[in-house]
Amino acid sequence: MKHIKQIQKATVKVPERGHACGECQTSCQCTVANQSC
Amino acid sequence: MVHAFFMIDRHIVYDSDSGAFFELDEISYDVIRLYIDADGMRPSPELLSVLSESHQTTLSELVEICNDFDSIIAEGTLFAEPLEYEYHHLYPDQPRIKAMCLHICHDCNLRCTYCFAGTGDYGTGQRSMLSVETGKAAIDFLIAASGNRKHLDIDFFGGEPLMNWPVVVELTHYCNEQGPKHGKDIRLTITTNALLLDEEKTAFINKHMKNCVLSIDGRPEVHNRMRPGIGGKPSYEPISKRIRAFTSARQSEESSFYEHYVRATFTRHNLDFSEDVKHMAEVLEASQISVEPVVAPDDCDYSINESHLPKIFDEYEKLARYLHERRVAGEPVNFFHFNMDMSNGPCVYKRLKGCGVGAEYCAVTPEGDIYPCHQFVGEAKYLMGNVSSVYSILDENKRLIEGKEATDILDKNTLQIFYDRLMPNRESCKTCFARYHCGGGCAANRYFSTGSLDEEYKVGCELAKKRLECSIWLSAASSDS
Repeated sequence: MKHIKQIQKATVKVPERGHACGECQTSCQCTVANQSC
Repeated sequence: MVHAFFMIDRHIVYDSDSGAFFELDEISYDVIRLYIDADGMRPSPELLSVLSESHQTTLSELVEICNDFDSIIAEGTLFAEPLEYEYHHLYPDQPRIKAMCLHICHDCNLRCTYCFAGTGDYGTGQRSMLSVETGKAAIDFLIAASGNRKHLDIDFFGGEPLMNWPVVVELTHYCNEQGPKHGKDIRLTITTNALLLDEEKTAFINKHMKNCVLSIDGRPEVHNRMRPGIGGKPSYEPISKRIRAFTSARQSEESSFYEHYVRATFTRHNLDFSEDVKHMAEVLEASQISVEPVVAPDDCDYSINESHLPKIFDEYEKLARYLHERRVAGEPVNFFHFNMDMSNGPCVYKRLKGCGVGAEYCAVTPEGDIYPCHQFVGEAKYLMGNVSSVYSILDENKRLIEGKEATDILDKNTLQIFYDRLMPNRESCKTCFARYHCGGGCAANRYFSTGSLDEEYKVGCELAKKRLECSIWLSAASSDS
C-alpha cells in the first residue's frame, strides 16, 4: 500500500466476560482510555 | 465512525469503532473522503475520474487505492460495525460508589479569581474544617457503598487540604487500616496549591499518596494574575520553589509513588497557554503536566466560549509539536489531555463509562454532606445525604447490616437523576468520533454552562475532539522513527 500507512491496528475490545468489570478507575476531565486493565 | 482530518503536516483517517488509524497521502485522503461521503461504499468510476483530473493521476492508480481501502474495510478495520450496547453491559449489577472527593477543609490560603469553590468556602461565607470523626464516617460510607468493588479512590481536596494536615494524616492511616480489613485497595490522591508543602509533608505524601496534583498556572505573570494570596499578594515565587522541591523528591528513589501532575488552569487571558506548558517543563522542570480550561459563566471576563476555540485549537497543535520535539530529544513530557493509550487501552464498555458522577463517584463536605461531585457542592437540589447516617446501616464491625444497602441513606430522587444519565446516549454522542475517549463529557460543565444536565456543552465537546486528534497525530509522528 504505497499511499496508505497503517499506524495503529484495531484496539477497541469487547471483553470476554461480556460486560465491564467495574474495577477501572473513574475518569475526570484516568482520561477514559489511557489505562489498560 | 470514520473521521478523516489534516493536522500540521499529516493526513489521517481514524475509525472510532475499531480504534485503528492510518496516515495517508493527499490522493488517498481525497479518496477516503469519497468513501466517507458514501458511508463506506466504493466511489463510482465517475467520481474517480474527476479525482484523477484534479490530482493529475491515472485512473488505475486510484483503482489501486480503492482496492487497498476495500481490503481494509473487508477486514473490519475501517467502517467497523458500531457497537450495540445496553445498560447491563456497562453496569452488570447496580452502580457502586467507589471514588470519593473528600473535602478536608472549606478554607484556602489563596484567593484565586476563578475558583469554583468560592476561594474555599463554596460560596457559603463559612469556612470550615473536616473533623476526623466525619472523615472516618465518609471512609466507612465509601467502603460500604462500594459493594464487591476492590479498587477504591479517595482524593483529599479542599479548599486547601494542607491547612488541615493532621486530619489528612489520621485519615490516611485509617484508610490503610480499614482497606485491608474489608478487602479493599484504597488509592489516595491529594490536590494542593503547594503553599504549605514542606519536607515532612512531602515525605508523607510520597509514602502514602498514589497521586499528587500541584496547582500553578505557568508563567509568573499568568499565575499571579489569577492566583493571588490573601490581600492580593503574588504567590508564584514561594509556590514554584515548593513545587520544584516536591517533584524532585517525588521522582527520587525514596518515593513509593511516581504519579503526580503539575496542573494549571488557562483562561481567556492566556490563550497562548502552550507557553505556560513550556514554562512548566523548562523552568519548573515538570514532566507530568496538565493545563485545563477554566469553566465559568460567560459573563466573567476570564471565561472561555466558542469564539475562543480556533485560538485554542491552534495552541493545542503548537503543544503537540512541542511534545513531539521533547520526545525526540529524549525529554518526554506527559500532557494529561493528550494522554490516551492509542495502542491498547481498556475494554470498550469502560470507554463508554464516564466519571460516574453521583453513581460511582461522590464528594463529601467538611459537614459530611454528600454531593454527586465536587463541582455540585452547595447545589442544594443535588444534596444526596450525609455520612453521619452511615452507622444506622453498619454493624459494630462496620459491615452492612443484612438487608441494608448503602444507598438507604441517600436521596432516591437525586440518585435516580444521575443513574438515568449514566449512558452516553445523547444524539450528538452517537455519531461522534471521540465517543470512546471522552466518557460522555462533564455533567457539571453542562449544568453550569447551560442550566441543564442534558444540554450539550459545545466547548467541552469540541475540545475533546481536538485533543483526540492531537493524540492521534502524536502517535503518527512517533511512528516516523
